[in-house]
Amino acid sequence: MSLISALARMEAVESGRAQPLATVRHRHVSARPLVLVPLTTAGEAGAPLGALVGTDADEPRLLVVTQPRDRDLRFSFLADLAEEVLPYVDSFTDVVEAAERSEVDPETGKKVKVEVELCADAPQLIVPSRAGIEYVRLLGRSTRFRRTAEQDPETPFPAPPRVPLLGRWLTHYGDRARVPGSSLLLAATDLLNRHWATGQSSLEDQHLGALLAWLDPRDGESGPEGALRAEVGRDERGQLLCPPAGPATDPAFDNRLLAPAIERYDRARLALGAAEDGEAADAGLGELHRAEREVRRLVASQLKPTWDAVWRALGLLRELPEGARVEDRWTRDRWSFTGHRDRVVAGEPPQPRQDDVIAAASKLANRERAQGQLEAQEALDDPLVLAGRRLAGEAFAAEVAEVTMAWTESKRPAPRPLLTVRTEDRPHLAEKAKVFRSLDGKPQAAEFVRYEEDGSLVLRLLDRMGRSKEPAAGSVPEKGERIAWTLFEHEQRVGPKLPEPEETPWTHGGPPRTDAVELPDAVTPEDVL
Amino acid sequence: MTIPEPRFDPSAEAGRATDGILADTLHGTSRGVVVDSPPGAGKSTLVVRAALELAAAGRPLMVVAQTNAQVDDLVLRLAEKEPGLEVGRLHSSDSDAYDKALDDLANVRKSAKPGELTGLPVVLSTSAKWAHVKNVEPWAHAIVDEAYQMRSDALLAVAGLFERALFVGDPGQLDPFSVVGAEQWAGLSYDPSASAVSTLLAHNPELPQHRLPVSWRLPASAAPLVSDAFYPYTPFRSGTGPGDRKLSFTVASDGSGPDRVLDEAAESGWGLLELPARTTPRTDPEAVGAVALVVRRLLDRGGAAVSERSETPVPLTPDRIAVGTAHRDQAAAVRAALAGLGVTGVTVDTANRLQGREYDVTVVLHPLSGRPDATAFHLETGRLCVLASRHRHACVVVCRAGVTELLDEHPSTEPVQLGAAVSFPDGWEAMMSTWDTWSQHRVPWSP
Repeated sequence: MSLISALARMEAVESGRAQPLATVRHRHVSARPLVLVPLTTAGEAGAPLGALVGTDADEPRLLVVTQPRDRDLRFSFLADLAEEVLPYVDSFTDVVEAAERSEVDPETGKKVKVEVELCADAPQLIVPSRAGIEYVRLLGRSTRFRRTAEQDPETPFPAPPRVPLLGRWLTHYGDRARVPGSSLLLAATDLLNRHWATGQSSLEDQHLGALLAWLDPRDGESGPEGALRAEVGRDERGQLLCPPAGPATDPAFDNRLLAPAIERYDRARLALGAAEDGEAADAGLGELHRAEREVRRLVASQLKPTWDAVWRALGLLRELPEGARVEDRWTRDRWSFTGHRDRVVAGEPPQPRQDDVIAAASKLANRERAQGQLEAQEALDDPLVLAGRRLAGEAFAAEVAEVTMAWTESKRPAPRPLLTVRTEDRPHLAEKAKVFRSLDGKPQAAEFVRYEEDGSLVLRLLDRMGRSKEPAAGSVPEKGERIAWTLFEHEQRVGPKLPEPEETPWTHGGPPRTDAVELPDAVTPEDVL
Repeated sequence: MTIPEPRFDPSAEAGRATDGILADTLHGTSRGVVVDSPPGAGKSTLVVRAALELAAAGRPLMVVAQTNAQVDDLVLRLAEKEPGLEVGRLHSSDSDAYDKALDDLANVRKSAKPGELTGLPVVLSTSAKWAHVKNVEPWAHAIVDEAYQMRSDALLAVAGLFERALFVGDPGQLDPFSVVGAEQWAGLSYDPSASAVSTLLAHNPELPQHRLPVSWRLPASAAPLVSDAFYPYTPFRSGTGPGDRKLSFTVASDGSGPDRVLDEAAESGWGLLELPARTTPRTDPEAVGAVALVVRRLLDRGGAAVSERSETPVPLTPDRIAVGTAHRDQAAAVRAALAGLGVTGVTVDTANRLQGREYDVTVVLHPLSGRPDATAFHLETGRLCVLASRHRHACVVVCRAGVTELLDEHPSTEPVQLGAAVSFPDGWEAMMSTWDTWSQHRVPWSP
């Protein structure tokens, strides 16, 4: 934890209220996000219990699996989810703008600009917590290899038509969520924790209810009181006042309320199946519907508070103005979305179970670049974030005390002015360390020359002053100007090009075998309990 | 303290190991050879010798090191050993891309373009620069230095450039890391965030593996602890015996904590200066002050070292002293404290940057000093190993009391990943075993 966030946390403890960690919003929040609050069944991995999903805070769609161990019901849940998610996704695929991308021409080997489509906006998926992001990945993993009857008429348990496609999109979103600074799939807790500090531990910060108690308390309640109530408060029936944000449910809810309700539903189904005449069947059907309604009511009672909390969180975030460089990162998200759209349209197979050698290495490189870029952009967008970097010795704000012109000693002298700057910050400057400032949105570099007797710093400007002997107008700071310098670079260098998969070197196992075709998941006995 | 058995001849042992490595490298049939080298076991000497023999055999050679300083150091060593050998130094296009000392060497050609270095018997560069080299004829042989600090994805980017390679490194030092999570690939044989050697061996388990058995740097007082704590399954010995190295002071102790811990370290090779237990920020001013004071006294008391290199005492100068910390802000705080005491020329750096370096005396700010918790970062085996194995004579550890209690409260909780190799010993165990030894050399703080 950085010093400044430790300070913010201590101030939060002292005041009983969350404290800001940012003055602008560092993530894109869509005008029309899709919120998904999933619940899962205890004790059975990947068995959904229900979900609230939708783009309108007042009109969520409730999906419930009344008997989570019933595979048919599970498939119909996934089909319903696909019917909610895919039309939302599709509403973005056709609205495009023209863009350029450089590609290597296969014939000449040269880089050429190609006109391509870029989706003008992209769907954004919001889940309550990090566990929700994991669950999106799990749903993606468990559905993208399913076969529909259309794909494979022989398959013993065909999936409903759009379920594998849902799996591919969820997988793409789950994967993209690992890229630092991306906003395609976000957890409400992560969003809040990026922008505010509470006086509780970071583990407790994963609890959406407790987090909101610090941020947006009820009348007269302090943060710690509200958080405690949200975490452990129970009603007279032993149920949590603030149900967990899922996907896991509270055991007290499972045991005392959910299990009896599901049992009643099972009994009603058995009774209906055993009905011998029309009257018994009518009665049985009535009981089945009542039992089903009861399960739905119970699941909804757990989902609704979280649903509302997610929208509250989004409301809080929308109050912050968006950071200047958020748009740039969202554009990358749009490229990512467009790219996957194109792969789906082109009929490419679903994402493989494991990344291959090259894919894994290039993903890691991309994410490291994205992380460096995110850290730099956040600091440039937000004085409070920059203050944290200044406190850590990674940046400094300084006033220009003197500008001395100087030039390189070459046939065509280039300007290398020396700046004497005064700062009260304490940057960790090594000899010849490079520092950067933002000049018209582009970085300008200088190098640290020496400390003066009075503690001020001497910097030598290195670039962006034009080609002539006299520096271009406005490119050299003037006396009295206050400038923030960073020790970190503002832009990330492009990494090396990795070999093509078929050129994987011997150190990494050589080229992939072409005879090993990935088969869909085999049906196991557990699939047909 | 163990006394080497009379029959153990370090030079002969090390010589046998080197001969085996060179035989496999020059005449073996496998595409790769892996050499594990404990701290100060003559890794650079081996690299230089292998490079010269490969060059002499007429095999075009590329050398991959991890930092520019390492590359420059190898170039200087090669030129020192074989001034007539033509050497290429491939560097980045930044200003100050290489050590200016290279400009004085007649047979070293420097360029940012690989095309200008073709045909030279040996070309050296960093793995980052090599990764950008494309469309060239592959080299017959490569030497990959510090291969355990190289990441698997970095090897992937350069492995197409060579036919065969010698991988040399220290498995006990800091593992490579990634600034973003890489758990999704944990357990894959080609996990891009793992070390180059682990990927190499996972795909090529039949490659011959050697290790250097003798540490020439560590004194007889330090080798057993470092070997037991960090290399339990690949033990090594010190090249010198208990009486071969001696540290003495011309100025007597003034009875203060720093002076007494220096005497203890001079006598036994280790010293632990223990401050009262307290939870502090990372840049604990008292601990930082104590570190600076120990260094100041080390210089003031006229330290002098006798070793196998010189029978007459060699004065302990600032450049032979280093301070090691876990974090960069701690290093910065120590630097400021030393400047306040008028000390200049002493190296102060983090474990990451001290890797591969060697000093007579080191002063270490213990990674767990003053901490309320023990995170995976602070428990990392490699970090402690680097800090405890940079010295030729003595090492003073400065720490707040309460490390054993802290360790008891924070057992290792890293999740176990299926298929991922578990490193032994874990950091917790290494922390405990080193602490046990250092506790025997404890001096409580007194001004």
